[in-house]
Amino acid sequence: MAQADAGALDGRDGNVTRMVTADGIPLKRSLQRAERRRKIAALLLVTPLLAFLLIVFLFPIGQMMWRSVDNPQVVNALPRTLNALEGWDGSEVPSEEVFAALAADFREDLQRPRADQTWGPLGVRLNYELSAARGAVARTVRNVPDFEPPYREAFTDSHRLWGDPAFWRVIQREGRPLTASYYVAALDREYDDEGNIVRRDENRRIYVGLFMRTLALSLGITFLTFALGFPIAYYMSILPMRHANLLMICVLLPFWTSLLVRTTAWIVLLQQQGVINEVLVNIGLIGDDGRFSLMYNMYGTIIAMTHILLPFMVLPLYSVMRTIPPSYLRAAKSLGATPTTAFRRVYFPQTLPGIGAGAVLVFIISIGYYITPALVGGQSGRMISNEIARHMQQSLNWGLAAALGSILLVGVLILYWAYNRLVGADNLKLG
Amino acid sequence: MVGNDHDTAFVKFDRVQKSYDGETLVVKDLNLGIGKGEFMTMLGPSGSGKTTCLMMLAGFETATFGDILLDGKPINNIPPHKRGIGMVFQNYALFPHMTVGENLSFPLEVRGMGKDEREKKVKRALDMVEMGKFGGRRPAQLSGGQQQRIALARALVFEPELVLMDEPLGALDKNLREQMQFEIKHIHDNLGVTVVYVTHDQSEALTMSDRIAVFDDGRIQQLATPDDLYERPENAFVAAFIGENNTLRGKVVGVDGDHCTVRLDDGSKVEALAVNIEGEGARSTLSLRPERVSIAPETADNVFEGVVQELIYLGDHIRVRVSVGGNDDFIVKVPNSANGRQVKKGETLKLGWSKADCRALDPS
Repeated sequence: MAQADAGALDGRDGNVTRMVTADGIPLKRSLQRAERRRKIAALLLVTPLLAFLLIVFLFPIGQMMWRSVDNPQVVNALPRTLNALEGWDGSEVPSEEVFAALAADFREDLQRPRADQTWGPLGVRLNYELSAARGAVARTVRNVPDFEPPYREAFTDSHRLWGDPAFWRVIQREGRPLTASYYVAALDREYDDEGNIVRRDENRRIYVGLFMRTLALSLGITFLTFALGFPIAYYMSILPMRHANLLMICVLLPFWTSLLVRTTAWIVLLQQQGVINEVLVNIGLIGDDGRFSLMYNMYGTIIAMTHILLPFMVLPLYSVMRTIPPSYLRAAKSLGATPTTAFRRVYFPQTLPGIGAGAVLVFIISIGYYITPALVGGQSGRMISNEIARHMQQSLNWGLAAALGSILLVGVLILYWAYNRLVGADNLKLG
Repeated sequence: MVGNDHDTAFVKFDRVQKSYDGETLVVKDLNLGIGKGEFMTMLGPSGSGKTTCLMMLAGFETATFGDILLDGKPINNIPPHKRGIGMVFQNYALFPHMTVGENLSFPLEVRGMGKDEREKKVKRALDMVEMGKFGGRRPAQLSGGQQQRIALARALVFEPELVLMDEPLGALDKNLREQMQFEIKHIHDNLGVTVVYVTHDQSEALTMSDRIAVFDDGRIQQLATPDDLYERPENAFVAAFIGENNTLRGKVVGVDGDHCTVRLDDGSKVEALAVNIEGEGARSTLSLRPERVSIAPETADNVFEGVVQELIYLGDHIRVRVSVGGNDDFIVKVPNSANGRQVKKGETLKLGWSKADCRALDPS
C-alpha cells in the first residue's frame, strides 16, 4: 500500500496522476492537514462548554440513572445471611443456620463506628418493599449482642416479621447489587408471593396515572400556547418594526419577573376570594356561593403554566413568520385564492417549522415543570415532577425518584425521536 | 396606437389619487387608459408612485379617490382574488413549500379545475417558458432566471387577460435580463395579453413597451411610445430621465413660431425648438441628445466651441466631455471608426447642432 502510494506520488508513472500541491505533497493530504487545524480550533472553542456540560449535566444524569438501579444496602449489611440463604426455596422460615449468619452480620455491624453502620439503610431499604421492616430491623439489632442460640427463636421473639417467609423473600430478592424494584414501583407494580410482577391494588396506583396526566396537561398547555400565540405572533410579524418591538416587550415581560412572583400573582388573581371571583360576584355574574375554583386544581396549573410558557411559543413563531414575505400571500390572492385559502395553503405551511419548534420547547419544558404545579396545582393539578420532588425531599426514597426521573427522560427522548422522524429536527427554527 | 381612445380603454385610471398618511399624495390625479393587448410600462424613479398604481390595479391597495375600471367595470370594491389579474412579483414569490408544478397548478386548483385539465395547462405553460422538465423541482433548486420563468408561467397559466409585472427582472444579471426582456416581449406578442409593467430601468422600458408612462412625483410626466419619448421629451424631467442628455440653461429672449432663441447664462445664444416654454423672458432648460451634436459641422443652426475635458473609451464609440456654454458636462459621442476624427484632451472643438434637435423645455 505504501509502495503504491509512493509510486503514485513520484508522478513519473504516466497512468496515475494525482493532484499535488506546489511542494509535492498530495493535495488530499495537505487539505486534511489544513482541515485538521481548523477542526482542532473548533474543538478548542467548544471544549469549555463541553466540559461544563459533562460535569454538571451529563454526569448527574448518569448518576441519577445509576441510582435508580443501584441496590447496595442489603448486600453491604447482610453478606453472611445472603450466603446462607442461597438455595432456600422461599416457602418456609429459613433454618437456624441463616439466623446464626444474621446474628453474626448484625454483631459485626455493631462493632463498626456509628457512621459506618449499615443496619439503618438496610431497614429503610427493606421498608420500601415491606412496611414495618424498618421497625423489625431497628428493634432487633440492639438486642443481638445478648442473643443466645437458638437464634431463630431469639429473632422471632424479638419481632414477628423474622418469622414471616415473605420478609425473607424480600431480603433474598433485594440481596443483589442491582434491582428493578424501583422501576417496578414507579410503574405501579409490585412482586406477588411467587415473585411475579403484578399490578398494584387500584387504590395504590399513583405514578402511571400521574404520568398520563402530566402528558395530557403538557399537550393541553402546548396546544393552548399555540392557540394563543399564533395570532399574536402573526400580528407582530405584519406590524412595522417599531410597534412589533413594543408588543414583543409585552410578550417578554413575564421573563423579566421572577417565576415565583408571577405564580404568586396568579394566586392573588385566581383564588376563591381572589380578584377574578370578586369581580364576577360584584358585577352579579355569579352568586357568592358559586365562586369558581380556579386554583389548587388542574385549572390553576393550566392557566398559570400557559401564561408562563407562552413566550416560548411566540418567539420561534414570530421569528419564522417575520421571514415570510407578505408577497406570498399577495401572490396567492392574485392567483385567485380567497384570503382563507391563501392563508391555509400558502402561509400556514411555511410557519410549520416555527410551530414545531415552539411546540417542542413548550412541551418539553412543561412535562418536567415543578414549581407552578406545586404552588397552584393542588391535588388534581400535580404533575410527575412534584412526585419526584416529594421522593427527593420528604420520603427520601431517591431510588424511586431516580426511576421516575429516568422514565420521564426516556419518555421525552422517545417523543423527540418521534418528532424528528415525523417532522425532522432540521426544520426546527428557534430564531 | 392602441388604447389612445380613453373611453374604450381596457384598463382605465380615472382621476385616481392615493395617500397613505392623509397628508401627502403618493399618486396625484392619475388618468390613464390602457388598450387591450397593449404592453404598457410605468417607468419612474423609486418613490414616483408607479408601484402604488400597480398595487391599486392588483387590488392590494385601495385608491383614496377616483375609479379604476377594468373592461369598463369599476373594480375598486372587488377583492384581489376576484379580479382575475395575473401578477409577477419582484422576488417571484414562488411558494417554497410547493414544487414548480404545484405552484403552477395552484391558481387552477383554487378555480376548481379538474386534475387532467390542470396537468395539461401546467404542462403547456411550462413548455411556453421552456421549463418543461422542471415540474418536480422546488423553487429553491432553480436559478434566478429559471425562477423568473416559472413566476411568469404561473401568472399566465390561468389565462388572465391582464398581467401585471412589478420589476420582474430586477434581480437578474445584465445578460439574463436582456434575454428575459426578449422572451417576455415574445410571449406578449404570442398571447395577445395586456401587460402592465413597472420598472425603473429605462432601457428595459424602451425595449419592451408599446407605450411608456413616465412617472415622477405622483404624476405621469409623459405618456408616449418609446421613440416619441426619446426623440420628443416634453419636459426637462423626461429628457433627463430617458437616455443621455445634455442640458443647457438660459432665458428665452425671442419666440418665433415653433422656434425660440435662448440666451445662456454665459451670454451665448442658442436657437431651439419651443416645446414647453412659458414665453419670452421665462427661464428654460435646453435638452440636446449627445448623438445629435456633430463635430466641425459645415453648416449648423448653432455653432459653439468647446474645450475637451475628458475622453471615455467605450469600444464602439468615445464619449467626449466638453465644456460648452458654461456646462462642463456637455457630452459628445464620437464614433470609433477607422477613418474617424481623433480627439485629444485639451483640444478646442467646434461643435454644431440643428435647432430642431435642441428642445427648449420648462426650467427644472
